[in-house]
Amino acid sequence: MSKKIGIPRGLFYYQFYPFWKSFFEELGAEIVVSDHTSRKILDEGVKKCVDEACLPVKIFFGHVENIKDKVDYLFLPRYTSVSKKEYVCPKFGGIPDMIRNTLSDLPEIIDTEINLRRTEKNALKAAIEIGRYFSDDNKAIKKAYKKALISYREFRQQVKKGIFPGELLDNSANRVQNRNKQNFSPIYDMINIKNEDKYKNNEDKYSEDKCDDKCNGDRSEEDNNLFNGKNRINSNMKLNIAVLGHGYNLYDSYCNMNALYKLRNLGANIITIDMIDENIINEKSNLLNKKTFWYFGSKIIGCAYHLLDRNDIDGIVYVMSFGCGIDSFICDLVERAIRRNKNIPFIILTIDEHTGEAGMDTRIEAFIDMIRWRKKYESDISSHGKHVYMCQSSAR
Amino acid sequence: MKVTFPHMGNMYICVKALLDDLDIDYILPPFTSKKTLEIGTKHVPECACLPLKITLGNLMEAYELGADTVLMVGGCGPCRFGYYCEMHREILHDLGTNMKVITLEPPHGDVKEFLRRIKNLTNNAGIFKILHAIKNATKIAIAVDDLERLTFKIRPREVEKGAVNEIYNQFKRDVINLKGSKEIIKFIEETEKKLLQIKTDESFKPLKIGIVGEIYTTIDDYTSFSIQQRLGGMGVEVHRYVTVSNWITEHIIKQTLKLPRDLRFAKAARPYLGTMIGGHAQETVGNTILYAQDGYDGVIQIYPLTCMPEIVAESILPAVERDYDIPVLTLIIDEMTGEAGYFTRVEAFIDLLHRRREKKQVEGKYILSGN
Repeated sequence: MSKKIGIPRGLFYYQFYPFWKSFFEELGAEIVVSDHTSRKILDEGVKKCVDEACLPVKIFFGHVENIKDKVDYLFLPRYTSVSKKEYVCPKFGGIPDMIRNTLSDLPEIIDTEINLRRTEKNALKAAIEIGRYFSDDNKAIKKAYKKALISYREFRQQVKKGIFPGELLDNSANRVQNRNKQNFSPIYDMINIKNEDKYKNNEDKYSEDKCDDKCNGDRSEEDNNLFNGKNRINSNMKLNIAVLGHGYNLYDSYCNMNALYKLRNLGANIITIDMIDENIINEKSNLLNKKTFWYFGSKIIGCAYHLLDRNDIDGIVYVMSFGCGIDSFICDLVERAIRRNKNIPFIILTIDEHTGEAGMDTRIEAFIDMIRWRKKYESDISSHGKHVYMCQSSAR
Repeated sequence: MKVTFPHMGNMYICVKALLDDLDIDYILPPFTSKKTLEIGTKHVPECACLPLKITLGNLMEAYELGADTVLMVGGCGPCRFGYYCEMHREILHDLGTNMKVITLEPPHGDVKEFLRRIKNLTNNAGIFKILHAIKNATKIAIAVDDLERLTFKIRPREVEKGAVNEIYNQFKRDVINLKGSKEIIKFIEETEKKLLQIKTDESFKPLKIGIVGEIYTTIDDYTSFSIQQRLGGMGVEVHRYVTVSNWITEHIIKQTLKLPRDLRFAKAARPYLGTMIGGHAQETVGNTILYAQDGYDGVIQIYPLTCMPEIVAESILPAVERDYDIPVLTLIIDEMTGEAGYFTRVEAFIDLLHRRREKKQVEGKYILSGN
């Protein structure tokens, strides 16, 4: 019987799951992924985790609780660093210890340290150490590692086309895991339905705003240019909104109360960090006086600088979880950079474990409305001689 | 060029000595007060940790007194402290202060630039002079920490309550009027003598509490509501491994010179927290275990809200508490912390520890006292 390995659907799941999936499958292990984030998982996490931790960590605790009884191994690698000269976050580095000392009745934990701070060769070293749990054959592990890298790159390529990792992963994960059982979370179903229905409505709603060009329901060739780093003149009334933030906040739609889909439903094209070329991001993040020593930090800063260079972004949304140490600094730096250099609307959406969704909706709707008004009335001149939009230039 | 630097506990004494010895013109920011915190809270992002708010407040107050250059140490993470210098730079820039921030670290690993910065700062002082000054400053840091440790010992045992505080607070106030490491060292020695002359009750067996947590909030008296002094007043002997001198010798000097470090805490913490994850998380876990092994009655962990490494430590401490049978109280501080709520918790904790000790002594023989 093959060994069952449990991967919680949280934190780096949205980034590295394709890698580990093909890695473990190649080694003959059976993968069990926790359910989609739900109220139950969140509540469980909030109950078990220390109060001061950020929302994604609490959710992660809930996911571990969700699968711990179903598996032989829990896969909680210690992600100390995933890029050169950068750390991820102290909580990522300590997560196996936090889980081990907080939750009880746990299966064996695979907590191999992944530390690419000094050299990226450590990735293979960590992979071999992890693979040892399932195979004694170094060659087989190396082969699995190579294969995993390929599927990881494919995954990244697809994300670059503008598909959210959440969407990509949910489909494939479901096919593998539960063929006969529908295990889409209710939320997810809701989004799918809402998405299509509302989309049509919105198109009608905004048709009055439309210029000569037609508003396309699906992402067209033209829209795809958005993700290539090329400038594009926004010819229709669909807005290009950049959403900054950590992957686990952006793509877990329960975690951010569907913020991304809400934006989409309001007629926005969404571009996230993962859809921008890494080379551009790295180049831009080097412009800082002192490069940040956080993986997420330099990515987000680099991305923000890149967005400032472009003319086709109508607004920037920053999704941060309350109490995130890195975002408390990075968000501030991004805001300062945007306010200093450009007159582009910027909003911060802070998420935590409370469940009231109205505040989120109001903020998102107001933000989009404001951008639309600004576009529409930009050329209007007010009676006292100032552009009307000058009064609306601040997004917060 | 008028240099300034933020406060962190008694660090101003050794920095002062260093700058005096190197003939650098500087402005000592006023001691941290409510006003400092208000200035900081106003300009610093709300989710940032408390030390950033206080240090920015210090810098702004020094700016008002005419300082134009900030001296900061850097770091390479993952604790946020390593990025304070950049946050200060950005915020001070946006506030229109034109203050220059000099970070004492090799930027992008550029040692030449680092040396150039020091040369500029010290008006081309000779390397011997600089090393000598650093040596004296380290000596002062150690002496000040020893002095503080002495107050921890004497305070709960003093016969006349408040005698230690009077001498110690006087020392902290008057030391800024002195110039140069020689005078400061002399003053520290005098104070030490005075402290030793205080009449103590040797038969008194105080409760022993270890203080662990994030360095700034544990060291800085304003931030921690002088918890160490207050505990001493309640008849509790406190101890703290993390000090300024410890940070200078262990982290800066020994690490750069690659000398063997005192890693007892890391060894103790290993079963709970395998690796260094930044900040003082490993120290917190390891020192709690060391305190338990040394027979301390309890441990208090203090950290600023949203401190990443300490959150990890906090979630591990219940396991240590259980395994080593030592009570741990966690106190989280931010700009909204009210003194009353804070000390109610501390007092309740102390009461608990008293009862616990009493219970151990009288178990099975007597009924526990009612209060």
